[in-house]
Amino acid sequence: MIESNNWAAVAPELLLLGMTSLIALFDLAVKTPLRGATYRLTLLTLAVVAALHFVQAGNGETVYAFSNMIVVDAMASLLKGFATIAVLVTLVYSRPYAGARDMLRAGDLFTLSLYSLLGMFVMISGHHFLTLYLGLELLTLPGYALVALRRDELRSTEAAMKYFVLGSLASGFLLYGLSLVYGATGSLDLAGVQEAISSGMIDKTVLMLGLVFVVSGLAFKLGAVPFHMWVPDVYHGAPTAVTLMIGGAPKLAAFAIVMRLLVEGMLPLVWHWQQMLMVLAVVSLLIGNLAAVAQTNLKRMLAFSTIAQMGFVLLSFASGVVGQDGTNMNAAYSSAMFYMITYVLTTLATFGVILLLARDGFESEEISDLAGLNQRNPMFAGVMTACMFSLAGVPPLVGFYAKFSVLQSLLNAGGGIYIGLTVFAVMMSLIGAFYYLRVVKVMYFDAPVQTAAIAAAPDQRFVLALNGALVLGLGLMPGGLMLLCDQAILALWH
Amino acid sequence: MGLLSLAIWTPVLFGVLLLAMGGDKRDAGAVRWLALLGSVAGLAVTVPLYTGFETGSAAMQFVERVLWVPAFNIHYHLAIDGISLWLVLLTAFINVIVVLASWEVIQERVNQYMGAFLILSGLMIGVFSAQDAMLFYVFFEATLIPMYLIIGIWGGPNKIYAAFKFFLYTLLGSLLMLVALIYLYNVSGGSFDLATWYKLPLAAQPQTLLFFAFFAAFAVKIPMWPVHTWLPDVHVEAPTGGSAVLAAIMLKLGAYGFLRFSLPITPDAAHQWSGLMVGLSLVAVVYVGLVAMVQQDMKKLVAYSSVAHMGFVSLGFFLFNDLSVSGAIVQMIAHGFVSAAMFLGIGVLYDRVHSREIASYGGVINTMPKFAAFALLFTMANCGLPGTAGFVGEWMVILGAVKVNFWVGLIAASALIFGAGYSLWMFKRVYLGPVANDDVKALHDINSREFLVMALLAVMVLYMGVHPKPFTDVMDASVAELLKHVAVSKLP
Repeated sequence: MIESNNWAAVAPELLLLGMTSLIALFDLAVKTPLRGATYRLTLLTLAVVAALHFVQAGNGETVYAFSNMIVVDAMASLLKGFATIAVLVTLVYSRPYAGARDMLRAGDLFTLSLYSLLGMFVMISGHHFLTLYLGLELLTLPGYALVALRRDELRSTEAAMKYFVLGSLASGFLLYGLSLVYGATGSLDLAGVQEAISSGMIDKTVLMLGLVFVVSGLAFKLGAVPFHMWVPDVYHGAPTAVTLMIGGAPKLAAFAIVMRLLVEGMLPLVWHWQQMLMVLAVVSLLIGNLAAVAQTNLKRMLAFSTIAQMGFVLLSFASGVVGQDGTNMNAAYSSAMFYMITYVLTTLATFGVILLLARDGFESEEISDLAGLNQRNPMFAGVMTACMFSLAGVPPLVGFYAKFSVLQSLLNAGGGIYIGLTVFAVMMSLIGAFYYLRVVKVMYFDAPVQTAAIAAAPDQRFVLALNGALVLGLGLMPGGLMLLCDQAILALWH
Repeated sequence: MGLLSLAIWTPVLFGVLLLAMGGDKRDAGAVRWLALLGSVAGLAVTVPLYTGFETGSAAMQFVERVLWVPAFNIHYHLAIDGISLWLVLLTAFINVIVVLASWEVIQERVNQYMGAFLILSGLMIGVFSAQDAMLFYVFFEATLIPMYLIIGIWGGPNKIYAAFKFFLYTLLGSLLMLVALIYLYNVSGGSFDLATWYKLPLAAQPQTLLFFAFFAAFAVKIPMWPVHTWLPDVHVEAPTGGSAVLAAIMLKLGAYGFLRFSLPITPDAAHQWSGLMVGLSLVAVVYVGLVAMVQQDMKKLVAYSSVAHMGFVSLGFFLFNDLSVSGAIVQMIAHGFVSAAMFLGIGVLYDRVHSREIASYGGVINTMPKFAAFALLFTMANCGLPGTAGFVGEWMVILGAVKVNFWVGLIAASALIFGAGYSLWMFKRVYLGPVANDDVKALHDINSREFLVMALLAVMVLYMGVHPKPFTDVMDASVAELLKHVAVSKLP
């Protein structure tokens, strides 16, 4: 179904854009220190937008809009819906933290997050080099500002600089790569690019050079080794609320852009980019896991653990096409999608606990700050434990099925190298188990140092409990989400 | 909801309820009674499994099968045969014992302690009744979480080292098994059903690799020599209840895995490597028995004796005759009763004196005559005296071994001498002789709750010793079926 302009397809985006601009204006009139009215209006907007996305996902048809620059398919609608919810949950966790740190002097936290979310939407739905790139920029630009939101804090400012410089570099890589590919194929449209490459009448040198730059740019954004240097510093330096905003929902958009550019746009080059991703995955797993063991700061540890987790996602991307047929593509890409969604779900709860533990003047970001948490608040400790075991991939938590489906896709790809990769990935997750277990150890086995009471508002407690219950519940009943991912990926080939 | 589901989820449900109760000290009484209620209910729902079990049939019984994860064709598939029946009953029984035994000792976070044990017991019953490999793996791995917390929170001075060693050591093994399971899923055309895998033809090389992947998971768990080193460390640091469950049930998860995975799925590799397995088992029986002899710490001594006793189990499996395999399974159950009793007995002394050193005791019989009588019975069972549970299984395995090879039988039989050596010598040093010091002088005999715990275990140990028929009868058909299956080559 192709129409030149299809406004209905982008209704959620339009609503978000309109509401965000409205909220930015409306916020000027809000006088309360915690910005209650802005907060409620933001949450309401997000809830409606998420609902619209899920309605679109329920329709299940693939719709193109604006001369094929935008595509709304099942994968896009699902990812956008989950990203919206992730931002919503992030804001719920962030509000008391931000309020205590003078970050709510204006409503920037809310409006910038919403604009960033709009960027994610465009990126997820982009079917054209330009829309994809614009979406990426719209996602990251508010991000730079968000990191620097505590402008008097030295560490945050430093992190913002680092994020900005390296982020721009990555965007430059990507843009340069895209322009080379455009030069080689003469098309900016994903379908056009794929058609041109398939024809085989293309200058391979320029195309390959472009591909290398594109993959490097994507690796930068995903935080894969050796393009990972910014991840620990930004995770550590940014205010925790913003760390979650950067480390949570945008991962879904990053998954989508990899799918769009590499799988939809450059599938004929799969042999080349699969090898690159394989190398990136192996070093990410190695460096991420080993470096995480050495961390004492919880946020840095989680940053390195993210790098390792992204290694897993890259592994499943690398196992998509083997032999002459693409029979493994569904398994590979839907396992990557499942992995990413459950990773974001777990990350939300992990940082949620950190955010709710933070007090005025106390960041709660050292691993030792969690000491004896079980005695102070068994519920928080329980949620954190579920998240740690989930990230470590221990059943019956959802992270186990994520790892399981990736390993299944790898082994199904067959061949000596894939068996080697599987065993390697498994050994790396053993190392991973060590540092995740250490967090559990601190919470349960150590005596509390801090004795300050832990008070969280009921709405935050409720959302956190729900989030933790989902980490366990999806582990007990993973079938539904797996099926959704499967169908979303399947719909891409039609 | 089927009976097996009830047996699994009743204790888990009570466990979750306990966790939700919050850990206030003034509620500890209510928490304990609720835990007892939960464990007794858990035991009660397993009774119909025994009464309704059709003896003499090798078929899987009490089958429940529902599609669970459609994307990977994973089924929630439960069923038991004669091999698993007693292990399920044993698990539910030991759970009641552990709740009773921890009544007074645990004063901190009682609800979490009891909750962890109840959940653990449900998960272990799940392992013994899962007929879908992925379901098995989920239960098998999930048991690590409560055990890790039990050791780490309520353990001894070096608990953190022990908890990590326990978790990482066993995780290493089971991750390799996970790779094997996924491989089998792919080659079987997308099925995790164990019965399907039993029929799957496999070439020699994959069989060998699969066999060793399973070996990694199960040998660590049993534990077989030389990967047994985690067990003594963990036993020493774990709280009494943790040690009892670890020795009585968790070790059996590994042995049970051999029966359900290694033997029937890779029979040719199992035959090919049986020499190695028998060799390792004999080393465990003899060498580890000798190591047990020189221990100064009672828990370490019993831990090493567990390794030696489990050596009989793995020995029995890899001799492939019905006497040795049945004997090994009987030994698993008997060891469940005896090792739990031994560790709980050490717990009784430790609660009073706070020392596990043999040298801290002497002449306990003078101050605790009732307890010493129980201890004597369990010690005798531990060294395999006829008329106790410990005798039946070992004797069957030795008979089976002699059938295969006289020398294997002879070496295995020598273990009875070492077993008698270390068990009786420990009994002599701890219980006999004059009162050794003031601590022992101040001992008071076991109270009625401790008496009940000891008496329940003593009844089972004696009953199994003098009348093993109910135990062997139910498993005969299943064992014969298993051996018939293992004897047929699966090479294409």
